[in-house]
Amino acid sequence: MTGLAPPAVRVRPATGSAGGRSGSIAWMALPALAIFVAFGVIPLVGVLLLSFTRWNGIGAIHPAGLDSWRTVLTDPGLPHALWVTFLVMALSWAFQTPMSLLMGVFLAGHQRYREILAIVYVVPLLLSSAALAITYKALLDPNFGLGAGLGIPLLAQDWLGRSTLALCVVVFVVSWQFIPFHALIYQGGVRQIPVTLYEAAQIDGAGRIRQFFSITLPQLKYTIITSSTLMVVGSLTFFDLIFVLTEGGPGDATRVLALDMYKRGFQANLMGPASAIAVILVLVGLALALLLRRLGGRDASASQQEGM
Amino acid sequence: MATLTTDTGRAAGAPPGQGPRGRARSGGLGRFNVLGGLAGWVWLVIVVVPLYWIVITSLKERSSYYAQNPLAPPSDPTLANYRLVIESEFVRYLTNSVIVTVGSVVPAVLVSFMAAYAIIRGSAGSRFLRWTNVLFLMGLAIPLQATIIPVYLIIIRLQMYDTLLAIILPSIAFAVPLSVLVLATFIRDVPKELFESMRMDGASEWGTLWHLAFPLTRPALVTVSIYNGLSIWNGFLLPLILTQSPAQRTLPLALWTFQGEYGVNVPAVLASVVLATLPILVLYALGRRQLLSGLTLGFGK
Repeated sequence: MTGLAPPAVRVRPATGSAGGRSGSIAWMALPALAIFVAFGVIPLVGVLLLSFTRWNGIGAIHPAGLDSWRTVLTDPGLPHALWVTFLVMALSWAFQTPMSLLMGVFLAGHQRYREILAIVYVVPLLLSSAALAITYKALLDPNFGLGAGLGIPLLAQDWLGRSTLALCVVVFVVSWQFIPFHALIYQGGVRQIPVTLYEAAQIDGAGRIRQFFSITLPQLKYTIITSSTLMVVGSLTFFDLIFVLTEGGPGDATRVLALDMYKRGFQANLMGPASAIAVILVLVGLALALLLRRLGGRDASASQQEGM
Repeated sequence: MATLTTDTGRAAGAPPGQGPRGRARSGGLGRFNVLGGLAGWVWLVIVVVPLYWIVITSLKERSSYYAQNPLAPPSDPTLANYRLVIESEFVRYLTNSVIVTVGSVVPAVLVSFMAAYAIIRGSAGSRFLRWTNVLFLMGLAIPLQATIIPVYLIIIRLQMYDTLLAIILPSIAFAVPLSVLVLATFIRDVPKELFESMRMDGASEWGTLWHLAFPLTRPALVTVSIYNGLSIWNGFLLPLILTQSPAQRTLPLALWTFQGEYGVNVPAVLASVVLATLPILVLYALGRRQLLSGLTLGFGK
């Protein structure tokens, strides 16, 4: 397991003995590795293999060549699902980032009542997506929900019955749950900005807005990247919320990739095409991770020390 | 926006004559911040109203749910909805959720801790450990739910379909990459001299792991446990796909089926939401700080 060829020249004197001992601790990684390989790596390879088969989820698995891929790639459902996934991702990012940034900067102050705000903000994070979806389904009921309660006709719409509105509801519910989380991340980031920077700016006569844009925002660069990464990659996993809230509807208006995979696989029993969708989902996830890393201009471990 | 700049003047001018230099306290953050304050308080209302509505509605009679204003407190509060939920096998679902959560979190954190220790202590001399680390890091970038179909196939082949173990094993696997990453960062912070002195005293790596690294990284272990615990407690996809019978249902899944059965009885459905969230709320009340750090995985310290 340890490489056969010794790492020739660069061995420092100490590493000789450490290398010998590290062979004896490598086994400690084995339990974690074994279970991750069994239920993470093998399924990842498996999903690619299954995309070249025909399987109804119960019976035998038959090789089917490129059939599933042909089905999936010619189905207008795929660009639609990709588009909806992208929309949910982009809109929830665009709504959450300014809000949580603003609130994070605010929460970073030290007054007592901000502590109280922080206590309440966290509660939505404790709810499961299923509970959240069930709640909002009832809360948005045009006749007996919030709209009727406040007597504001604007709020008493058929929220989940119209395509655009349903998509907005998904974005809103996601934001309702996660804005506080990102606000807390920003709060942590803001508190790490050296006070001296602000003192210097004040001496130079910079106002609040100037300070925000020339100090706070640039200093938060890595926090923004961290938070955005979590938002964007996390938005690929909104399956359960959307599944319970709209089941992809009305029509296919909120049918994101993950939901598309589930419906093809576990409702229509077409595991081949569903696996092809899953492969696409993996590729989208990897592409996003690489893109964000490129944007960050640093590797994950470095940005972790800096921004997280 | 203009208000913001004037506020600087006002706050800084509070001690007259000192000028802006005097009040630099918390990096200019402690001062009044209109826009942020507005967003903060508006968002508080947006968060509180639905929560308030859940609680009052769950205490309403079904008839008054339709008759009363949705935001008015119940004219005749009743616990009947809660009784209905508890009588619908709630305790069984609760037990299942507890078994799945504890049964996944404890092994997940322990194996991740061991792996993180090995990676930090041994990576310099072991290509195997370096590759293991890379594998876990890649696991972070992949939406693991995309692997659910093969996981389903594996669980069927292992004859574990419709058991709690079917949820537990993939839950552990999905928790490993992030847990290893976070724990490794913390173990890296333990001063090298401590490891050296343990070695001088003749302690084995196994002994050092438990007697030095474990106590020193306890806050991180708590953080990671809470983070994983919450996501597994609230998990929906794995129970949905890997179990079938009511006897194996966990709470989130039970909420969903309950809503399917009692959909028109909104107060009862909301009572189930309250009951399913109550255990977490209690934990939140008991250990707010730990929970907070767990939620944000230390992002927001």
